[in-house]
Amino acid sequence: MEKYIISALVQNNSGVLARVSSLFGRRGFNIYSLTVSPTVDETISRITIVVLGDEYTLDQVLKQMQKLEECIEVSHINEDEAFCRELALIKIAGDEAERESVREVCALYQAKVVDSSEESIIIRVSGTPSQIDTFLSIIDNFNIVESSRTGITAVHKDKK
Amino acid sequence: MKLNGSQILIETLLEQGTDTIFGYPGGAALNIYDELYKYSDRMRHVLTAHEQGASHAADGYARATGKVGVCLATSGPGATNLVTGIATAFMDSIPFIAITANVGTSLIGRDSFQEIYISGVTMPITKHNFVVRNVEDLADTVRKAYEIAMSDRPGPVLIDIPKDVTAAVCEFEHKPAVQPRPKPQIQHDQIKTLAEMINNSERPVILFGGGVMSSNASGLLNQLIHRADMPACHSLMGIGALDPADPLNLGLIGMHGWVSAGRAVDKADLVIALGTRFSDRVATKMGDFASSAKVVQVDIDPSEVNKNIMVAHSVIGDAYDVLEALIPLVHRADHTPWKEKIATWKARMDYRPKDNDSVLRPHQLMRKINELLGEDDIVATDVGQHQMWAAQFTGRRKPHTFLTSGGLGTMGYGYGAAIGAQVGQPDKRVIHVTGDGSFHMNLQEMCTAVSNNLPVITIVVNNAVLGMVYQWQTSFYGKRYSNTDPHRKTDFVKLAEAFGAKGLRCDTLAGFEECMKEALAADGPVLIDARIDKEERVLPFIPGGETVRNVIID
Repeated sequence: MEKYIISALVQNNSGVLARVSSLFGRRGFNIYSLTVSPTVDETISRITIVVLGDEYTLDQVLKQMQKLEECIEVSHINEDEAFCRELALIKIAGDEAERESVREVCALYQAKVVDSSEESIIIRVSGTPSQIDTFLSIIDNFNIVESSRTGITAVHKDKK
Repeated sequence: MKLNGSQILIETLLEQGTDTIFGYPGGAALNIYDELYKYSDRMRHVLTAHEQGASHAADGYARATGKVGVCLATSGPGATNLVTGIATAFMDSIPFIAITANVGTSLIGRDSFQEIYISGVTMPITKHNFVVRNVEDLADTVRKAYEIAMSDRPGPVLIDIPKDVTAAVCEFEHKPAVQPRPKPQIQHDQIKTLAEMINNSERPVILFGGGVMSSNASGLLNQLIHRADMPACHSLMGIGALDPADPLNLGLIGMHGWVSAGRAVDKADLVIALGTRFSDRVATKMGDFASSAKVVQVDIDPSEVNKNIMVAHSVIGDAYDVLEALIPLVHRADHTPWKEKIATWKARMDYRPKDNDSVLRPHQLMRKINELLGEDDIVATDVGQHQMWAAQFTGRRKPHTFLTSGGLGTMGYGYGAAIGAQVGQPDKRVIHVTGDGSFHMNLQEMCTAVSNNLPVITIVVNNAVLGMVYQWQTSFYGKRYSNTDPHRKTDFVKLAEAFGAKGLRCDTLAGFEECMKEALAADGPVLIDARIDKEERVLPFIPGGETVRNVIID
């Protein structure tokens, strides 16, 4: 299955997220990640959804979302036509030596250590979803006790 | 002028041209009902026995009149009882507004008595729904609801109004009735391509559905098929758009459609789907439908294109607008060889049930109904075998004269729908064709027909079994009749009499004709208990997942 990034502007009414997720549930569309936040116009929110599926799913997601009364616009974002970023926080448990090795890996991949204690270390990494995937696979052999990803946020690039 | 929320609600309904609603009172709706009492000379409220009946009545009213149907219920169970009716209207794209009262805003979210989050419950079965938290928003919300219900592909909208909002007062001013949003701009290049495909086709077929009804395009459809000499067939929702007596009308297609119609689509080189969505009851085998044809889909809803089957070309627009632009581009044609081929299939392969006047055979019963009705009279059905027999043989030939739950297949739909239709069309005869199974689901609405003196004729096609499921069990489950042969002892004639209606019974064709004549001459509602054999089957029958090439006809 492919991952597709869907970006939608919706009216910032109560229940709008429920309408979108109800639609996805009803039609059997798979959400990989989802972010919602207000835009500069606080009556309008942006929803960015990563959908798992094929071309058929993508086509239906776009058409069905367009039918929602509170959906102002919806489009598919091609990763190379947009600036896409995601952030992840990862907490790794380990003794001093292990924490030191984590720091070394972080330096290599531009991840930042944002907190450190006797038992664990918290790192923050941001980048494209695939950069984060790569980073997570590299630190996978450490003892990850907690991790959280924000999901993608994206803005269309203008042609240069 | 200053009005309270209940007055604003009724004034706005009136302003939008609604003078009849169907409903049932309750605690949270008391303020609204108090105003309905005062408005009784301007707003007709038809009280049903059950909120589900009110929802189907509003749906039947909408289908029979083409106007927006409105129903009203109280919070909690009142609201949840509307759900099946809302879903029925949603699946068949019927313009419909459900108004529910809710507990006061200060009680919302506290699991108060008769509190239900109905807007959450109905999210997947409405085009949109609203919770009105401020009385200032009420009038414009109702207007918006009408706009949404009528626009593009029609459908149901729910408005939930907390009790305190129905009492709160604010300034109200009338506005003109809202109009549907402008229809999608048709793309002439799409239509030109379609015209070329028609002009180059040797074996074209049109497959039409309910979209022709909602866009009032049946006249144009008739023009197109005669100009292009193009046979047409239809889904259940398309009944009434074309005269079944027209030789170019091949009739019903799908699971219980005519073999010749199914074969025409199977062998065509061009299939034009007009306002229909390739449901699994039409395109019975996914990936194997109209497999020799280029398929073109004409629909107002872009999400229908390539949803169930992949098409070669699509035209987005209202059926009326598309046909109007298309017809002048279509050459006059003569498809005699193609029509002759279909005619041989018709003669050789179509199911022809045998008449037998000494008993009551379903096809003869349905044909008799057609014979005794005028062309404007309305048939409303429930769901099951009788529905299919009615679809095949009642010969409805005008739009808005065949009311049936196509998409959801709601048993219990028929009586409510017939009541709504009769209220909306008092000068037409309304026949409610039902089965003993379906009728048991909402038979309490007989009291509504009696109280309102509605001359609805209910024909219970009584085979004493749950016939459609029984038929499947006969064919595919080794005659293990699990819970389809209930040995009920209901005496429908006495039941009708208990409700204050007239009850009649028959078990022969002549007896049925007599009953019908008596019923048509009667003043109020009549029930006819029409006994048929339980082994009667709906034929033809394409088993699920098969195509017309594997149809069962005996």
